[in-house]
Amino acid sequence: MSAVELAPHGADTDKPKAARGDIAWRWWLVTPALIVLLLAASGPLLIVLVYSFLEPGSFGGVVWNFSTEGWFQVFFTRDIFDETVAPATAHLDIFWRSIKLALYTTLITAILGFPTAWFIATRAPDVRPIWLFLVTIPFWTNLVIRTFAIQEVIRNEGLVNNILMTLGITSAPIQMLFTDFAILLGMAYVFLPLMVLPLYASMEKLDFKLLEAGYDLYATRLKVLWHIVLPLVKPGFIAGSILVFIPAIGAYVTPRILGGGRNLMLGNLIELQFGQGRNWPLGSALALTLLVIVVIALLFYIRSTAQPEGRRHG
Amino acid sequence: MRTTRLMLAAGALAASTAMAAAQDGGQLNIYNWGNYTSPEMIEKFEEETGITVTVTDFDSNDTALTRIRAGGHGFDIVVPSNNYVPIWVEAGLLQELDPEEIPNMANIAERWRDVPWDPNRTHTVPWQWGTTGVIVNTSVYEGDIDTSAIFLDPPDELKGKINVIPEMTDVMNMTVRYVGGEQCTEDRDILRQARDKLVEAKQHWIALDYGTVDAYAAGDIAAGVYWNGASMRARLQNEDLAYGYPKEGYPIWMDSAAILTDAQNTENAKKFLNFVLEPENAAMISEFARYANGVEGSDEFMPEDMTTAPEIVVAPEHEEAAYFSVTCPAETQQLYTQIWTELLR
Repeated sequence: MSAVELAPHGADTDKPKAARGDIAWRWWLVTPALIVLLLAASGPLLIVLVYSFLEPGSFGGVVWNFSTEGWFQVFFTRDIFDETVAPATAHLDIFWRSIKLALYTTLITAILGFPTAWFIATRAPDVRPIWLFLVTIPFWTNLVIRTFAIQEVIRNEGLVNNILMTLGITSAPIQMLFTDFAILLGMAYVFLPLMVLPLYASMEKLDFKLLEAGYDLYATRLKVLWHIVLPLVKPGFIAGSILVFIPAIGAYVTPRILGGGRNLMLGNLIELQFGQGRNWPLGSALALTLLVIVVIALLFYIRSTAQPEGRRHG
Repeated sequence: MRTTRLMLAAGALAASTAMAAAQDGGQLNIYNWGNYTSPEMIEKFEEETGITVTVTDFDSNDTALTRIRAGGHGFDIVVPSNNYVPIWVEAGLLQELDPEEIPNMANIAERWRDVPWDPNRTHTVPWQWGTTGVIVNTSVYEGDIDTSAIFLDPPDELKGKINVIPEMTDVMNMTVRYVGGEQCTEDRDILRQARDKLVEAKQHWIALDYGTVDAYAAGDIAAGVYWNGASMRARLQNEDLAYGYPKEGYPIWMDSAAILTDAQNTENAKKFLNFVLEPENAAMISEFARYANGVEGSDEFMPEDMTTAPEIVVAPEHEEAAYFSVTCPAETQQLYTQIWTELLR
């Protein structure tokens, strides 16, 4: 059915009269996705919202009594010794650590991803797909397995330390596992492809004649990069940053396995409330707070992209 | 690995010969801790009964409880820990067992017959039991290891080389015992001391991590809070490792198998419980998971390294310091979580 109907629409797209029908048709096409989103995203989210306003059950779960205690505990803490109320600085620390980690990850992947994407975009068109294909290879293996593989590489008796000691560069193993360095290494590795792919997409469209024009006007390489290349691939940076920052802020497996669990990340804090802590309302409220942070970050991105667009069109 | 391959094989078999399987003994779906079910024992059960067994792993009592409560799980047998059994029973999630239908319940060792978490064994049968203590690499530290000071007041040799399992309740209770309290205490003064002790000790810990048998064996980690069976597995790889029973108090736990109320294959589940209470079969589980099993007479079927292992056989002088972990009330749990969050902030 769809093939038969699609063909005339495809042929008519240039004709204004057909435009309205085309838009209606597109709505039909998007309906399955909307239904899935509604059921699989909004539904559970609504449950989380409701749970955040209930009382915790003794052994997990919730008791159906309205309570704002879950939300209160996100931001405030009653001192367990003298019952005084103070801001929940422990939660604040954990939130800030997760945000910082996500920002660093975004920055590192951007710095590493730019030359990679540039390299691919400047290859001959027929070999580019091969390079892109290579970038996606890490996605073939499960995240947990890849993370444990990194653990093997950087542990005290692992590959890197053994090579360093065999070559006599160091005499004792360098403690890399269970450090912030390990977390950042793991995060950068996991999220790099998500930065490279959108960057490549924007570079592929880059008009290299503009670069030649810049050189003709005696611009240095740095000036060409700064005034021509970077502004033009900015949409790629923004898309990549969104793709990296949002999952990075809730990252759970990598900090836990490589960081050694000495410090909680947001994901671990939320898990603690649903698991051993048996405080689902607090867990729900924390999860929604994370969501709000992500939405704020998104709004920030949208604003920062909307302005140049406006200038260009207006 | 074995389990996974077995599961795949079982899955493929079930898919291709669903009819044949139904004609045979039918199905049995077991929901158990990871790396805890002897594949040889399962194979033997399948051969004897013609029942096709599928084993699915869980990683914590809370995960298991949440999944079963949600319904639609399709499992017949679950293996919760002693401190969670009352929750399962109270929630009506477990079937009552009839010793007439499971005659091998007579094989349960005297000590494990009438237990506080399941009086007269009305709902569960023993699977494995063990202790949570400390593991120390004796080539790094030669002093007394039967103390929680190993991780709470660590000697200089061990500082910066200690791993603590991220089991909040166990670690909190061991610390509370160390500063002179009882498990699940609500005594604020004790809790304050426990918190201060933990915050001070944590600077000497390198990680709060689970899967570290190899790390202990390789010498990456020199000491830590650990389970007895896992400690034994680590010692078999590196004989410098020793297991200590903290004299200030250490938890004993027992995981027990039970039949779920909404099981699809109740009769097969009963056959299975009866099967694992056979001393020879219980010994197979112990040989695989390296924990003791609570079935009378299983010792003679166990490899010698198990019946003489200091991690498995608790010496009389260490028995007094043991306590059975109970589920703390919600209020205590919240205090514990608050201190734990403070510790890991």
